[in-house]
Amino acid sequence: MNGPKAQESNPSKPASKNPDLLLPTSNFSLKTLKLKTKQQELLIRVSILCLVYVLAFITRLFSVLRYESMIHEFDPYFNYRTTLFLTEKGFYEFWNWFDSESWYPLGRIIGGTLYPGLMVTAALIYWTLRFLRFMVHIREVCVLTAPFFASNTTLVAYFFGKEIWDSGAGLVAAALIAICPGYISRSVAGSYDNEGVAIFALLLTFYLFVRAVNTGSLAWALASAFGYFYMVSAWGGYVFIINLIPLYVLVLLITGRYSMRLYVAYNCMYVLGMLLAMQIRFVGFQHVQSGEHMAAMGVFFLIQVFYFLNWVKHLLSDAKLFEIFLRITVTGAVGLGAIALGVGSASGYISPWTGRFYSLLDPTYAKDHIPIIASVSEHQPTAWSSFMFDFHFLLFLFPAGLYFCFKRLSDATIFIVMYGLTSMYFAGVMVRLILVATPAVCLISAIATSATIKNLTSLLKSKSKVTLSGSSRGSASSKASSKALLDYSLPFQKNAAIALLVGAFYLLSRYVTHCTWVTSEAYSSPSIVLAARGAHGNRVIFDDYREAYFWLRQNTPPDSKVMSWWDYGYQITAMGNRTVIVDNNTWNNTHIATVGRAMASYEDEAYEIMQSLDVDYVLVVFGGVTGYSSDDINKFLWMVRIGGGVFPVIKEPDYLVNGEYRVDKGASPKLLNCLMYKLCYYRFGELRTEYGKPPGYDRARSVEIGNKDIKLEYLEEAFTTSNWIVRIYKVKPPNNRW
Amino acid sequence: MFAGGNSSTRVYYHHRQLLKKDFRWASRERMARSTGKDAQALIHSLLSAYAATPTNLKIIDLYVLFAVCTALIQVVYMAIVGSFPFNSFLSGVLSCVGTAVLAVCLRIQVNKENKEFKDLPPERAFADFVLCNLVLHLVIMNFLG
Repeated sequence: MNGPKAQESNPSKPASKNPDLLLPTSNFSLKTLKLKTKQQELLIRVSILCLVYVLAFITRLFSVLRYESMIHEFDPYFNYRTTLFLTEKGFYEFWNWFDSESWYPLGRIIGGTLYPGLMVTAALIYWTLRFLRFMVHIREVCVLTAPFFASNTTLVAYFFGKEIWDSGAGLVAAALIAICPGYISRSVAGSYDNEGVAIFALLLTFYLFVRAVNTGSLAWALASAFGYFYMVSAWGGYVFIINLIPLYVLVLLITGRYSMRLYVAYNCMYVLGMLLAMQIRFVGFQHVQSGEHMAAMGVFFLIQVFYFLNWVKHLLSDAKLFEIFLRITVTGAVGLGAIALGVGSASGYISPWTGRFYSLLDPTYAKDHIPIIASVSEHQPTAWSSFMFDFHFLLFLFPAGLYFCFKRLSDATIFIVMYGLTSMYFAGVMVRLILVATPAVCLISAIATSATIKNLTSLLKSKSKVTLSGSSRGSASSKASSKALLDYSLPFQKNAAIALLVGAFYLLSRYVTHCTWVTSEAYSSPSIVLAARGAHGNRVIFDDYREAYFWLRQNTPPDSKVMSWWDYGYQITAMGNRTVIVDNNTWNNTHIATVGRAMASYEDEAYEIMQSLDVDYVLVVFGGVTGYSSDDINKFLWMVRIGGGVFPVIKEPDYLVNGEYRVDKGASPKLLNCLMYKLCYYRFGELRTEYGKPPGYDRARSVEIGNKDIKLEYLEEAFTTSNWIVRIYKVKPPNNRW
Repeated sequence: MFAGGNSSTRVYYHHRQLLKKDFRWASRERMARSTGKDAQALIHSLLSAYAATPTNLKIIDLYVLFAVCTALIQVVYMAIVGSFPFNSFLSGVLSCVGTAVLAVCLRIQVNKENKEFKDLPPERAFADFVLCNLVLHLVIMNFLG
């Protein structure tokens, strides 16, 4: 029953009989359009979807309105640079691109190590707009790609909700996901990152697969294979899909809910999806060689054996004979599978789970073995406050929705329950994965909301029916439901229903307020431009990063190499247009460890390393003057850990005092004389940063620094930005020998 | 072996052991014979039940068998000459497996005994089959290298 979410639309005022010619619109009401109920309902649904579509787009535009239309953060700059390359040079050059401007002297095979979905999507939109003679710049397209795809996600959420429950739940799901902060955090305007497109692809793939399982049609399964291909081209998180869907099939097989439609849907999707996915160079042969993808293959073979046995059982009428056949086949299949798996894993042909995904199953693995993964702040386990911040009221609706799903189990609800539970587990392990859980949470909460509101409004409606038919209590014509209501009706049922409805709408409105506040305050800052409140409450903008990168672009020779910590690599290549030593791709741990070792050594040792890498300029980020806390001094211990992981000469306890990290007079002498310290605090000892504090007072660490008298022997200062946030030093060539 | 007892009980016990072994060997032989008879009965009933399926389904089954055999031949060939270039091997094997799987899906959808698909016209099932095969072979041609 596609009951509308609101009350049935009766015209708000009756058709006015006023023949006033100056106000022709006063005669207009829905009644004059003579719409039938179904058409009225369709009109409401379409208008709600349009409003939600526009809402999802405009709520992500805060930073464009406040600052300007620019790309945020670090990773999006790489995506922007590659999209620029694609639109300028064409697809063939892009697909075969070897970049010598990053990871000097190694270079990077960009064509084979990126996920091209996002860039190709933006380029297609750009070419379409250009074809229609809208002369947009590629940067505008890049900035607005994510909000556009967020709007499309709301549409997919509507259809998915309709598939699982009914169209009312679909509408609520679309509305919830349009403003949910968990999704907004990675899809604001300017956040030109893979996840903006990937969540759309994820939800689309799941929707198409569930539709294929529900209808058993090969066409829908083919569509879901294409959705999977788009997901594989967009994001590395496709591993979630290729493990969740086999797990879902396995659960259906075990609980006995399998059918022929499942066979058709899974097989077509798996074979075609796997083939399409292998066309992406970065993924390559992983679908047959990597341990993370083996579950899908295992379930593929299992499903063949399972259905073959079912077919034979159907052919043979004799149960005893079938039992023998069953025994032979099952032992043979299990034996063969075990041998294949064993040989594959032992010989190393099937590679084990990579560190990135293994740390999801064992959260303590990364801290001990792979410091680079552990150092990223997005990879830390999630605190409850993050959950509340990103989901607010949906966190309470989630268990309620699970209850409703279990009450009405079908293939589709089993899927959404599994998606919800697995994604919530992973969201608990890593903050970044709250994004993957958001669609599931929104859908399940929408089911709870829609079912509850529908029950309450049906109580309101049926109560009036009961009062009318109160006289005919014993008549057999009364429906069973109203009879039950008559038997169990509480005295103030209608009032209670109204109170609960008002409460529900109040909570939903609080959710909307919270989401808008969170979007405005927390998720709309382009990390490249910092803002703070001045002494008089006015807004102060720190544009130091771009100032430094443009200085590099305009004042250094075109072939100079810049050494910095890997966080800033993408921005330096994209905006500064200079070669970097390491960047955010972090594919070579030893190279990063070399840079870390250089930053943590004394100046002369570091000079040798810098000479071996042909470094011309060194860039550091320093927050002591402004109080900016994400600077290199705060990241320094990670440099030590990563460097020490490869070069045992760097030992972390050397830089700590009693296990404590200090930069004031009591700091360890190795820290006070290492390259990073010198570069950050050069000439800082003479600067007064705060009224009433001695010169050299570090505002980010709130201490007076220990070593104020810094002399540089092998480097000289080239540029310091106006707020001292970015500092660039030139490496001096070696002295002439005499 | 129990101590004590006179020789006759020992002989009796030894004879009983022999008889038990004899009995075990005989029952195993009987089981082997009965397994053989069971296997024969199994194959017979399978063949007779299969002969009752309609002709169009048998044609599809033959196609599936052909695809699977081709895949096996390719795997054996790869085992002999090595797996370089791997993408060609994968595309060959997966095209066989893919058409086999799609043909089985077609068979499921066309089979009149499946209640779930009785509303699906067989022309639509065949059109879906052709479309999926088209996509499969286009991708294979791109992947073949």
